[in-house]
Amino acid sequence: MSIEWAALGEVFGVSLVVTVGIVGVFTLGIVGTARRTAPAGEGDGESVAPTGAARAGATVCFAACAAAVAYGIYLIVA
Amino acid sequence: MEHLTLLIGVVIVTALVFDFTNGFHDTANAMATTISTGALKPKTAVAMSAVLNLVGAFLSVEVAKTISGGIIDEGSGIKPEVIFAGLVGAIVWNLLTWLAGLPSSSSHALFGGLIGATLVSVGWSGIHADAIVMKVLIPAIAAPLVAGIAAAAATRLTYRLGKNRRSEDTAKGYRAGQIASGALVSLAHGTNDAQKTMGVITLALITGGVVAPNSDPPMWVIVSAAVAIALGTYLGGWRIIRTMGKGLTDIKPPQGFAAQTSSATVILASSHLGFALSTTQVCSGSIMGAGVGKKGGVVHWSTASRMVAAWGLTLPAAGLVAGAAAFLAGQGDWGVVVVAVLGIAACAAIWAASRRNAVDHTNVNEVEGDADAAVDPVTIPAPAAAPSGTSATSRATA
Repeated sequence: MSIEWAALGEVFGVSLVVTVGIVGVFTLGIVGTARRTAPAGEGDGESVAPTGAARAGATVCFAACAAAVAYGIYLIVA
Repeated sequence: MEHLTLLIGVVIVTALVFDFTNGFHDTANAMATTISTGALKPKTAVAMSAVLNLVGAFLSVEVAKTISGGIIDEGSGIKPEVIFAGLVGAIVWNLLTWLAGLPSSSSHALFGGLIGATLVSVGWSGIHADAIVMKVLIPAIAAPLVAGIAAAAATRLTYRLGKNRRSEDTAKGYRAGQIASGALVSLAHGTNDAQKTMGVITLALITGGVVAPNSDPPMWVIVSAAVAIALGTYLGGWRIIRTMGKGLTDIKPPQGFAAQTSSATVILASSHLGFALSTTQVCSGSIMGAGVGKKGGVVHWSTASRMVAAWGLTLPAAGLVAGAAAFLAGQGDWGVVVVAVLGIAACAAIWAASRRNAVDHTNVNEVEGDADAAVDPVTIPAPAAAPSGTSATSRATA
């Protein structure tokens, strides 16, 4: 009996990288579209609307996540 | 082509019953955190999951084709009675763990049942011990760890990146992401688990000589298995949803999103690379990882350890019940009837016991911690609100 360490390692590596990657990119998208709050101590709960550039960047992030989901569906179907 | 015998018919019905329990046992996997973070209303969540399970079941038949050859040696004289006994063991264990609100693996229950029944009626030669270790035991240990570590890392990252944003501004985005990743888990569940039942029914048809060996599942098998798992999913195993959504840890939208993404990724990566793993264990692992990954996050280790104990017991317990059933069923037609009657009686008793403290879509989010605690659906014990309240404040200060 042989344990397929290579395959197990591959699942581990791929899962870790892809999960952290997608969550990171998606979070950047959320951060880009949400209002930025002033650092603690400066202003009382004031927040700044996101800039156009931030919104554009966020759209790219969300598109990347949508592509990842599409690839996931492709993996299920294929 | 022989005619469909009564026994084969019984096996098919039993397989569909198992498929149904599989559906409601596993609704929690895709939807527990979606429901507990409020991303979707409970009824909407289970309806969506049911539809995706239905769709998923039609997408491929790869898993169905591998179930028989992999773990059970179908050439060793497996008879329909053996499959029947295996299914009974799996159903009884699935219902018992549901009664306790414990998310355990339906796949392991099925494998355990089939292995136990095969051991009793055929002996060691009927099973592939190597395949059991490599395809069942190792993924069972590795999958929740991998999913948990990935979810913990992702949770940490998402909180760090989003630390200058107010949670009320970001919650909507996280919930949308959670719905998407939960949908992916449901779809993958449909392709994996509905197909296991299709594989079992096909195996029964092959052993009964109704279809030729190595054939694809007939269309009616695919349709009935898909419908059975979708109905089960829609019914919703609310007890297990409550444990996974509230009992393991208090899940916030960012954590839910990280956990769901981790689950979807691990399930897809491993099934793509040929590991059949338990969706349940992956999702539970992710949820605990998301609990650990958040600063000040709390994981209820007592619930978690009861769950892990149930995982360890699933294979032998389902095997034991199935072994006893196989012994009885092997005595002849009367034995099969006795097994069927006992099986139905056990299901009815478990269902009756569940009525005493019913959990449904109305109170699924209201209690956390010990799923065994007697819960009056009308008056919710006051202390139940305290843990979520304290963790909410700790989050606000974090």
